[in-house]
Amino acid sequence: MAVTDMGRGVADAPPKVALLNNPKFRSWLFQILLGVAVAYLVYSGWVNMNANLQAAGVASGFGFLGENAGFSVAQSLIDYDQGTSSYGRVYVVGVLNTLIVAVVGIVFATVMGFLLGIARLSNNWIVSRLATSYVEFARNVPLLLQIFIWYFGVLRLLPQPRDSLDFGPLGLLNIRGYFAPKPVWGDGSAFVLYALIAGIVIAIGVSRWSYRRQMATGQRFPSLWVGLGAAVGLPLVVFLALGAPLTWDMPVLGGFRPSGGMTVIPEFIALLVALSTYTAAFIAEIVRAGILGVSKGQSEAAHALGLRQGQNLRLVVIPQALRIIIPPLTSQYLNLTKNSSLAVAIAYPELTSVFAGTALNQTGQAVEIISITMLTYLTFSLLTSAFMNWYNARVALVER
Amino acid sequence: MIDRTNVTAPPENVGPATAFVRGKMLAEQAAPSVSRGPVGWMREHLFPSVPQTILTLVCIYVLYLIVPPIANFMVFDAVWSGTDRTACATEAQGGVQPNGWFGACWAYVGAYMNQFIYGRYPDEEQWRVNIVWLMFFGGLIPLLMPSLPFKRENIAFMVLAFPVITLILLTGGNFDVIGTYLPLAILTVLALAVAYGFARGSQSDPMPGLKATAVIFASLFVIVAVLGIDFGLERVRTDVWGGLLVTMVIAVTGIAASLPIGIALALGRRSDMPIVRFICIVFIEFWRGVPLITVLFMSSVMLPLFLPEGVTFDKLLRALIGVALFSSAYMAEVVRGGLQALPKGQYEGAMALGLNWGQMMRMIILPQALKLVIPGIVNTFIGLFKDTTLVLIIGLFDFLGIIRSSTSDATWATPVQSITGLIFASIIYFIFCFGMSRYSMYMEQRLDTSHRS
Amino acid sequence: MTKTVLTGVLGAAVLALGASTASAATLDDVKAKGFVQCGVSQGLPGFSNPDADGEWSGMDVDLCRGIAAAIFGDATAVKFTPLSAKERFTALQSGEVDVLSRNTTWTMSRDTQLGLNFAGVNYYDGQGFMIRTDMNINSALELSGASICTNTGTTTELNVADYFRANNMEYELVAFEKADEVVAAYDAGRCDVYTTDQSGLYAQRLKLTDPGAHKVLPEIISKEPLGPVVRQGDDQWFNIVKWVHFATLNAEELGVTMANVEEMKESDNPSIRRLLGTEGEFGSDIGLENDWAAKAIAAVGNYGEIFDRNVGPDTELAIGRGVNALWSQGGLQYAPPIR
Repeated sequence: MAVTDMGRGVADAPPKVALLNNPKFRSWLFQILLGVAVAYLVYSGWVNMNANLQAAGVASGFGFLGENAGFSVAQSLIDYDQGTSSYGRVYVVGVLNTLIVAVVGIVFATVMGFLLGIARLSNNWIVSRLATSYVEFARNVPLLLQIFIWYFGVLRLLPQPRDSLDFGPLGLLNIRGYFAPKPVWGDGSAFVLYALIAGIVIAIGVSRWSYRRQMATGQRFPSLWVGLGAAVGLPLVVFLALGAPLTWDMPVLGGFRPSGGMTVIPEFIALLVALSTYTAAFIAEIVRAGILGVSKGQSEAAHALGLRQGQNLRLVVIPQALRIIIPPLTSQYLNLTKNSSLAVAIAYPELTSVFAGTALNQTGQAVEIISITMLTYLTFSLLTSAFMNWYNARVALVER
Repeated sequence: MIDRTNVTAPPENVGPATAFVRGKMLAEQAAPSVSRGPVGWMREHLFPSVPQTILTLVCIYVLYLIVPPIANFMVFDAVWSGTDRTACATEAQGGVQPNGWFGACWAYVGAYMNQFIYGRYPDEEQWRVNIVWLMFFGGLIPLLMPSLPFKRENIAFMVLAFPVITLILLTGGNFDVIGTYLPLAILTVLALAVAYGFARGSQSDPMPGLKATAVIFASLFVIVAVLGIDFGLERVRTDVWGGLLVTMVIAVTGIAASLPIGIALALGRRSDMPIVRFICIVFIEFWRGVPLITVLFMSSVMLPLFLPEGVTFDKLLRALIGVALFSSAYMAEVVRGGLQALPKGQYEGAMALGLNWGQMMRMIILPQALKLVIPGIVNTFIGLFKDTTLVLIIGLFDFLGIIRSSTSDATWATPVQSITGLIFASIIYFIFCFGMSRYSMYMEQRLDTSHRS
Repeated sequence: MTKTVLTGVLGAAVLALGASTASAATLDDVKAKGFVQCGVSQGLPGFSNPDADGEWSGMDVDLCRGIAAAIFGDATAVKFTPLSAKERFTALQSGEVDVLSRNTTWTMSRDTQLGLNFAGVNYYDGQGFMIRTDMNINSALELSGASICTNTGTTTELNVADYFRANNMEYELVAFEKADEVVAAYDAGRCDVYTTDQSGLYAQRLKLTDPGAHKVLPEIISKEPLGPVVRQGDDQWFNIVKWVHFATLNAEELGVTMANVEEMKESDNPSIRRLLGTEGEFGSDIGLENDWAAKAIAAVGNYGEIFDRNVGPDTELAIGRGVNALWSQGGLQYAPPIR
């Protein structure tokens, strides 16, 4: 309405304008009415909620976070004891489980998505066709269905614990999950960590120095290899000098499931695979659009300069394509994080399933728990977009 | 290769002194056999270099690993008819199949087809659902084909008559609408007064605005009255609805609700009224920042708490509200993209013509902006259609939900039952979503008037 | 502006259409609409389970049919609403269903805090464990280290935690939102143990690929009295539900069956005559006709018949009467006399 009134202009303003016809007044009247309406909705919802909670005799407030949860959680990155841990701890466990599946999923999805996106553009007919069919399938089947397929379809094909697939030093795989060897660090292993940090610092220093030298003199320096050597070699030397203070706790068959080692539960595997393969299809489309968005002349110029296809992609096309790719990529990362909440269907204990599911059912405090859950996801979402905006700004600055 | 320099050279200039230039066109020769036909195609597209050849071979091997087992499972080893689990179980499991057999059990899908489509909708009332299907596809398909006439009437039918008829047919109608008349009448008077006031304010003829308002409210009265009529249809509660019916109801309602709400939100977000903009931004960013499943939890667990005591919402309606709000936030962002992409000149031109805000939006801005974002809109629809599966987590039996729940029927319990159901579901969802995405590509090409490039 | 108004009107219309209010006199309500709205589970064989045609059967279902028969003389005058564990109480409180007959455990907090009344116990249950027969385990005490599948949103999770802690055993809990997913995961071998109410275990066992390869361990780690629930504050309706259940128990005790109910009306035994309405005015006291119990029994039979038909030894569930036998036969099922 404001636009209308501005459009009409003041030129033909009659001498006496009724207050109702003053564009400013009308705009504010409308806004105030809307604001009051929204405020009233919120207020009456609040009043009703309090009345209903009182009538149902459900406790309210956040006191329950300190209470004993009393149920167990299948996967926890921090110490969790079903006897003594509180609902607050359940929340932390849930958040961490969400984060781990999201972070690992984002890494896998990105790698797979870039490969698929490039494969879709390949001249090799069979490669591009395979990639296209995969992308079309993954994009057009609901994620929840794909999670079910991975969990109930593929899970059934895994063997029972006593017939575990034995990968030797890599651990065991069966229907109860993947049982990996667990590293047990001996005395002095802290020095290896220090050496690693020192190595990384050296690598960064070398790469900075070589960059400046190349800018100044044009001479190249194999900084990648030197840096890698420092970051890997230094800790390795220290490790060997200390007499290799590392043993592996290998999973052993026996009882109900293998004991020892680290367990990756099958719910995690199924969710991770489903999330990353699903998101990869979307990322592939973004990557393809990004590469196609780089003008063809860029590639032709690069070829004319004698760059090979790989160099062309790495040095010319992808850096430019990234600028187109980053914004939609951000929203895919966010989607993946939010989609991890579908774990509630297959009992992977992440935030929605263990907190908005189990804890909610046990305490009945729907309002508090759903609000906390939603706020947590909102925070993830705002943080990710803030980070991506910052990164996007950095990438965009490369333009000269 | 044909020597192309000859083509441009005029023949009369060609004398003996320049004999090294060919004076006559050579007959065109066929390309060497290695670069034409299937062989040439393969050389170019499959085996152009050593790494590519390796890649091709790897791909063929992958196909070899994937395709035959899937084909065997889905077609060659599949069971197409049977009456209970014995048809799809191996001898060791108490069935008729040889041990080690592993194939799809389409017989089970066939036996459950009725439930997959109608849920537990009573058999003798299913004709009502069938009419709705007929009306839906009968109304939609001509609408989607640009060459067919009567678009206006078609749209009017789909937007006005179809929802009302569907609501009555599916639920049985005969709603208790007595309490609605009074608030509606008050609103009518209010709206007429507001319309009159606005018209007076702009010193234009108040009649058209009043007429439009009156028509809108008169039709609302008619709709409400129709909903209150007892057609003698049996009441069918929404908790027996299921299968494809529920999926379509959620998807279509979500789509129908999210587009107008999304457009309103997008306009609000680009408005220069600070309070309106603030409310829209908060609304959009909130819904976009949280997962749909928490929204559904909220609408199924929390929404009843916000309502006055004793008032309850139908469970399906609660899910519908959640889905509609969620997708309208996404739709708003898509539409906003279109609004932003329009050059400022379009706005200024419209204003210069003396159009008011409503006219400008309706006639100039929205048609162009929406056309720009058709792919985005359809993508949101596809996403919404896929997201309807999430309602199974809050206990509604949508298409996927009823397939999952059918796997617990002892009559058909076999190891292949679950995976057969999931594959069947994938095929159906794929057909719908793929169809939508292809249609959007087709429309995009048709509507592309090349404003952009 | 018109748009805003329009949204408002639509909102109001939606409210008017979609909302309904709970009413106080449930019996009048039920009589007016012509059927009983009964909340059941989303599929639990033997208790409330739909078949491929959507026909419901089971003990909980029969109780509702009995109520419908007692009111209308027609056991089909009942409609079923499948409810999840999460939403069952809200559905009853809000008047969405008239009676909740959904294998619901009677606990003090549910009785006192939720505004509900438990109208009796139609099945005495307890939480148990199911395992594969070939694991050679005979006691729940051998389950240390096992993976356990169960539902969220129930008391089972907490019971398991208590039991394993009390016996100092380790376990891995895999908790699903829906019963169907629990069965699927257990069937796929994801877990060693499936825990829920014992009757539920027998029922879910039927859904497994090979029911014969699984057994239910003898231990019961909790008390789970299951029964029909109604809203507080409507004593007439409460009495109807309570006494339809008692009538089936009394009928079994007195030897009245579905088949002989007509001839039993002429019996000389005053207890039977009072039960079947040939003597006294017991029906009108609860707002029904005097042959209310006869109609219910004619429709669904006595408690023993209901039990045997749905979960008894001759059904696929093959559950023995156990504590659900009549008090006179060493069980817990006991009904006050009609007099």
